[in-house]
Amino acid sequence: MITLKINGLEVKTEEGQTILDVAKFYGLEIPTLCYNEGLSRYGGCRLCLVEIGEEPKTKLVSSCTYPAEEGLVVRTDTKRVIEARKMMIELMLSVAPGSKIIQDLASKFGVKQVRFKIRNEECILCGLCVRMCAEQMDGRAIGFQNRGYKRKISTPFDTRSEECRLCGGCIYVCPACQLRCQGPDADTAVCNACLTMDPTCLDFHDELQCWMYDVGRCGTCIREKTEESNNKKRTQKSKQKEKNA
Amino acid sequence: MRKIKKIKTIKDLEQSIQSQIQARKSEKKSVLTVSAGTCGQARGSLKVIKSLEKAIKEQNLEDKVKIKVTGCHGFCEAEPNIIVQPVNIFYQKVQPKDAKDITSETIINNKVIDQLLFTDLATGKKVSNENNIPFYKKQKRIILGDNTLIDPTDMDDYLSIGGYRSLVKALSDMTQEEIIETVKQSGLRGRGGAGFPTGYKWEFARKTKSDTKYIICNADEGDPGAYMDRSLLEGNPHRVLEGMIIGAFAIGAGEGYIYARDEYPLAVEHISLAISKAEEMGLLGKNILGTDFDFEVQIVKGAGAFVCGEETALIASVEGRVGEPRQRPPFPAVKGLWGKPTNINNVETWANIPLIIEKGAEWFSRIGTNGSKGTKIFSLVGKINNTGLVEVPMGITLREIIFDIGGGIPGGKDFKAVQTGGPSGGCIPKEMLDLPVDYESLAKVGSIMGSGGMIVMDENTCMVDVAKFFLNFLRDESCGKCISCREGTQRMWEIVTDITEGKGKKGDLEFLEALAKATRDASMCGLGQTAANPVLSTIRHFKDEYEAHIKDKKCPAGVCKELIQYSIIAENCTGCLACIKPCPQDAITGELKKVHVLDQSKCIKCGACYEACNFDAIKIE
Repeated sequence: MITLKINGLEVKTEEGQTILDVAKFYGLEIPTLCYNEGLSRYGGCRLCLVEIGEEPKTKLVSSCTYPAEEGLVVRTDTKRVIEARKMMIELMLSVAPGSKIIQDLASKFGVKQVRFKIRNEECILCGLCVRMCAEQMDGRAIGFQNRGYKRKISTPFDTRSEECRLCGGCIYVCPACQLRCQGPDADTAVCNACLTMDPTCLDFHDELQCWMYDVGRCGTCIREKTEESNNKKRTQKSKQKEKNA
Repeated sequence: MRKIKKIKTIKDLEQSIQSQIQARKSEKKSVLTVSAGTCGQARGSLKVIKSLEKAIKEQNLEDKVKIKVTGCHGFCEAEPNIIVQPVNIFYQKVQPKDAKDITSETIINNKVIDQLLFTDLATGKKVSNENNIPFYKKQKRIILGDNTLIDPTDMDDYLSIGGYRSLVKALSDMTQEEIIETVKQSGLRGRGGAGFPTGYKWEFARKTKSDTKYIICNADEGDPGAYMDRSLLEGNPHRVLEGMIIGAFAIGAGEGYIYARDEYPLAVEHISLAISKAEEMGLLGKNILGTDFDFEVQIVKGAGAFVCGEETALIASVEGRVGEPRQRPPFPAVKGLWGKPTNINNVETWANIPLIIEKGAEWFSRIGTNGSKGTKIFSLVGKINNTGLVEVPMGITLREIIFDIGGGIPGGKDFKAVQTGGPSGGCIPKEMLDLPVDYESLAKVGSIMGSGGMIVMDENTCMVDVAKFFLNFLRDESCGKCISCREGTQRMWEIVTDITEGKGKKGDLEFLEALAKATRDASMCGLGQTAANPVLSTIRHFKDEYEAHIKDKKCPAGVCKELIQYSIIAENCTGCLACIKPCPQDAITGELKKVHVLDQSKCIKCGACYEACNFDAIKIE
């Protein structure tokens, strides 16, 4: 057992837990963004900052990555934490102003203006999509490119990745992106599903050939079938209308 | 070719060292040591060597003289330079055509060639002896000094100056705990930037229980204008290797890595050669010198990312992953390379180890100040007369380095500031010239020791522009993981750029400071945590310059193009036409012996006319 102090409260935890884990367990709220229970810890959004150590030697660390240590003194709501956190939200808002999640965070923490030049990138490079793809979908279709201000998320060589199964997991976890549809822009969009509308399934398949190892789990064949029948119904209806007329 | 004889026992090594020392003592030939590090080669030292070889052959001097190609001698301003040993005559800026004179005059007639000597700027006198040159006089070259004595590609040469003697001592007379205790007692602190006490770092790695441990030599030197690690690896690779072998023995590591930049081909070549030679001789490999200590060294070439100098990013890069820092703890001493305990030290730190083992902790701790022991190599660059690598005892003042060793500012201009510690460091103003150079004092004024870059700036340097330069470097070199560092450096750069372009507005400074502090506080690794230093230190010491840019829309140093204007001073203009030709815009018109006219609408502020005018008739406002 490890004993540490969070906001003056003595708490106990097991080895291998992070500060965030402990805080959550005790019901202490720390805002997060790039953290997801099902994915590995990243520590990129810097929202979950907490102040550790004792005066005058304290520092800010991301609670989602910092391990709980014996005797650690943690404070989650100091002036220094709040100021840094507000600046992080402002920085995020300046690159992804359209994100509902970030807007909500801004409103919650009282960030009322963005003093930076707005860049509508709609991506804060939190890496949730990359981790989702690699860790949960076993895909590794997308990843980070470049470093510094040139960093972006894309597929290898910016082309349609053969690893991508169009599962949509990346879009599901994204807090900011507008990838739901960016229009037919082959150069920038990660998904580009509309451009590369290869049928996910073979023309003809049965249980043995279905690459999802189970008939129709991806839904394409079912959707195609229903669309087909819908179309047929539609044409039949219109023909009937013509006849009636 | 001499057959390689493997050194099997510690005694054998001791004997070979003694015989090499004797061989050096009994050497009767004069030696021409030519500096041919990367910098020397760039200034043409390879051509000089060729013509020297030719001259020796022509004059049949093979029995009297030999050439020794060494690494960097430190005095870059005087490259390519030759030291004639054993008389220690220092010839600077040698051209291939001088080769014949050197052999015929100095070697045959024992005469000193005056025009190749260094001129002391203060006294105007020629100095012949290396040790009397002011640049070298105040230095304490306990590490770098050996560069002038040995051929880095020849292991015997290293043995002949007593090299690997410390290894003998460590393996035969000392236990592993004693070695670590010695390093602790010496007070040696990491030379890579943060200055963590080396002995303690070793102890942590030693105490962690594991069947496999690693050590790494960090040679990912990325600070703009800093090149001491390169110089050490190029000029004295065996010494770094010796330090690593001793360290590995003390920590209990079986494998070592040298993480070097791919941009340092000569350094990689020399250290590779040193490793293969040490393997041949039995100083690396299984059962080193008959003991049960095994140790191997490999080189990993980095692709030139600044952030890979950070420990955890470096480990990621060695493992073949993207060079991105991760959360510490766990520290590398607990969980490092491939998840095993790993000890990482900088090149210069490793190079200090043999010296500490050989001469003892007490000897070492006598050099320097209370908190900072030993010497530190700085690369003294920028607006300075004697550019070069200088090795000084800790605690020496900035004034001594810049004015006594560096010879002051060229062109009689005023000193303005010195930037230490590379992009993560800060600018120190004129008023603080008497600041002692050690870890604590530099931190107090908002800068850091860093890996040892020292960029001198004169009155014509704009401090806002300097901040912009470093921010531009950092926004490019940030790994981009933390939003605080990636967006923080980018946004700071945007604000500072606006200020230099005259678009600064009231409140910018306060906002910049708040952003800088948030970047420093919120970032995960050392890069982000220190990225604000160039901004914060320039605001702290040169606030008036920022305010001149923002309020008056003027650049006092005359650097920021958007804020200056070139104009012709009619009284001074002689009508010589000199400024008309270099102007790329044809903005200056005029006739011979009549005052010229500058058309502001065409001027792109390139400064060509300013450079061309011999009569101070062009002014910058």
